[in-house]
Amino acid sequence: MSGHHTDIAINGDSAVALAWKQIDPDVCAAYPITPQTIIVEKFAEYVADGEVSTEFVCVESEHSALTLCTTSASAGARTFTATASQGLAYMWEMLPIASSMRVPVIMAVANRAVSGPININNDHGDVMSARDCGWITLFAENVQQAYDMSIIAPRIAEHHEVQLPCLVNLDGFILTHATERMAPLDDAVVKKFVGEHKPLHPLLDVAHPVSHNLLDGPLYYFPHKYQTVLAMDKALEVAKEVFCEFEAVSGRRYEAVEEYRCDDAEAIAIVLGSSFGTMREAVDRLRHEGYKVGVAMPRLYRPWPIADLARTMRGKKTVVVMDRHLSVGSYGPMFPEIVAAAMENGSVPAMYNYIYGLGGADTMVSDFKKALADSIEGRAKRVNYLGVVQ
Amino acid sequence: MTATSLKELSRSPDRLASGHRLCAGCPESIIARQVLMGTEDDVVVSCSTGCFEVSTTIFPYTSWNVPYIHTAFGNGAATCAGVESAYQSLKRQGKIEGEIKFVNFAGDGGTYDIGLQALSGAMERGHKMVFVCLNNEAYMNTGIQRSSATGRGASTTTSWAGKESPGKKEFPKDMTQIMTAHGIPYVAQVAPHAWKDLVSKSAKAFECGGPAYINAIAPCPRGWRFPSDQTINISRLAAETCVWPLYEVVNGTDYALSAESLRIAEGKAEKKPVSEWIKSQGRFKHLSDPRWAGVAESIQSEVDRKWKTLLRLCGL
Repeated sequence: MSGHHTDIAINGDSAVALAWKQIDPDVCAAYPITPQTIIVEKFAEYVADGEVSTEFVCVESEHSALTLCTTSASAGARTFTATASQGLAYMWEMLPIASSMRVPVIMAVANRAVSGPININNDHGDVMSARDCGWITLFAENVQQAYDMSIIAPRIAEHHEVQLPCLVNLDGFILTHATERMAPLDDAVVKKFVGEHKPLHPLLDVAHPVSHNLLDGPLYYFPHKYQTVLAMDKALEVAKEVFCEFEAVSGRRYEAVEEYRCDDAEAIAIVLGSSFGTMREAVDRLRHEGYKVGVAMPRLYRPWPIADLARTMRGKKTVVVMDRHLSVGSYGPMFPEIVAAAMENGSVPAMYNYIYGLGGADTMVSDFKKALADSIEGRAKRVNYLGVVQ
Repeated sequence: MTATSLKELSRSPDRLASGHRLCAGCPESIIARQVLMGTEDDVVVSCSTGCFEVSTTIFPYTSWNVPYIHTAFGNGAATCAGVESAYQSLKRQGKIEGEIKFVNFAGDGGTYDIGLQALSGAMERGHKMVFVCLNNEAYMNTGIQRSSATGRGASTTTSWAGKESPGKKEFPKDMTQIMTAHGIPYVAQVAPHAWKDLVSKSAKAFECGGPAYINAIAPCPRGWRFPSDQTINISRLAAETCVWPLYEVVNGTDYALSAESLRIAEGKAEKKPVSEWIKSQGRFKHLSDPRWAGVAESIQSEVDRKWKTLLRLCGL
């Protein structure tokens, strides 16, 4: 393990800002929104103190933030931004444009419920609306991971066979505003790990003029979209390689699907984000009571690690999918995708879906314990709304 | 500084190639070429979604011999500003060399309406870019729907002249004044018939050291209903009737009429009646109905009122 210095106490937003200070991007364009705001405030401090060489653009809206970032990246600059909730919603038009333009923009998302009613607390409603937009999507469980994923993200996104934008998700308030112990890497280690940005066909190479984002008729639109499919497939392979390289410099190992006590488990839960820790505690307590349970977290939501998920679920009797978002009129958004991944094994376990924690609704270890136990004991419905009196 | 004699201009590089898909008689390529003659530096062009964008970049072809980028409709200024921000950063860090200019072309929809917020933001932030509005006074790309740049009395596909309606009821928004109020280094109103004025104003815009806004009237044969060989004459008529005075404003305060409009102000050229403007275009055809006589009169009154205000601002 190299490049490891003294642990620090830091909140999730500041950890993301610290990672980006160490990366020292060429351009950052951002707009404030709770609970992301600390990221841009902290980064603006680095700018004010001359600690980064970044062109920091305080835009008038999130739509312009993502537009600026997209074209800045097209121009050849390493670019990042951050948003949440309504901000991501306002950016939505630009999300598929950024991926189809194949720009490796990195965006931290401080996951927050989407209006209405207006609510500033955590759920995954914001990022789920981005899931079909062609962005690599990484989730962090804690502050350390929010920092680590921020450093890992550009390596995946900028890979010349990937060239896709990337979202780094951290749960609003639970991670963004919570101070945790974290081991940062040395500046030089980050700089070396992320490396020099080598953009493809940058717009500012005026000696070799290129036209970016042309009008496609039916003959070209679908084939061009398919190219992003291939790039996203490649991103899974690249992510695994980058995780290995990151372990070499940090000592911290990441997987496409993180598992906890899954090996001999008969029933497992699948969660995203900070709930992974809560669920681990629930698993420990249930194990103590004699239940053979485990929990897994897809590190990557896009590309969806289908084979890895299938392996995690192979031979399990029960799988409980925890969705922190609502797709009104259907299952939670992750549930059908987990079922589809399980089908790769030829047979599908008994599968249950829990919608939980919307708009920051408290979810306790005891709630998770009950969800798992009820699913194992056959008391759960197919879709359950945790904590809502039905 | 750039050339403004015809001989010299004829030798300037063809930054926008021929063979694009704009309609016969469309002035947008004319205006864009005139604007791009305003600098000899390298230039990156961006476009808001619209006629000009779709007509010059149909994959697998592009009409652009210079770097070009488009993202969406309402964000032309941000599209351009992103490239400019990258340039400022990379140049400051010594990662690229040379002088590059930045220009965005947008229609009136992409300027007056959906593009206004991004434009206002980019101007306030001081990006070194020229924003050019190709103002054909309606949403022509989607089929002649009214915008806030559409003149009163114009029949469009969303403000039809009908039994109970004389076409669009409202006067157009004065976007040139709105941009002037931003206090940016350079704002100008131009028209393609006045080519020398347009090229020299573009040169001033590129060299002003900050954000610049150029509002170009772009007579549209399809939308305005006139023969496609009359574009330049209609453009001239816009200036002659003072429907579209040619002027510039430096730093938000220093107004100056351009030669053609100044001659009218000094009484050396006739200020033609707005009725000539109305008669020249099919979109105003219904205004000849005596029922709508008041509409034509109100347009003349509004043009006169705004012209007087402009003269006062110019110290005349």
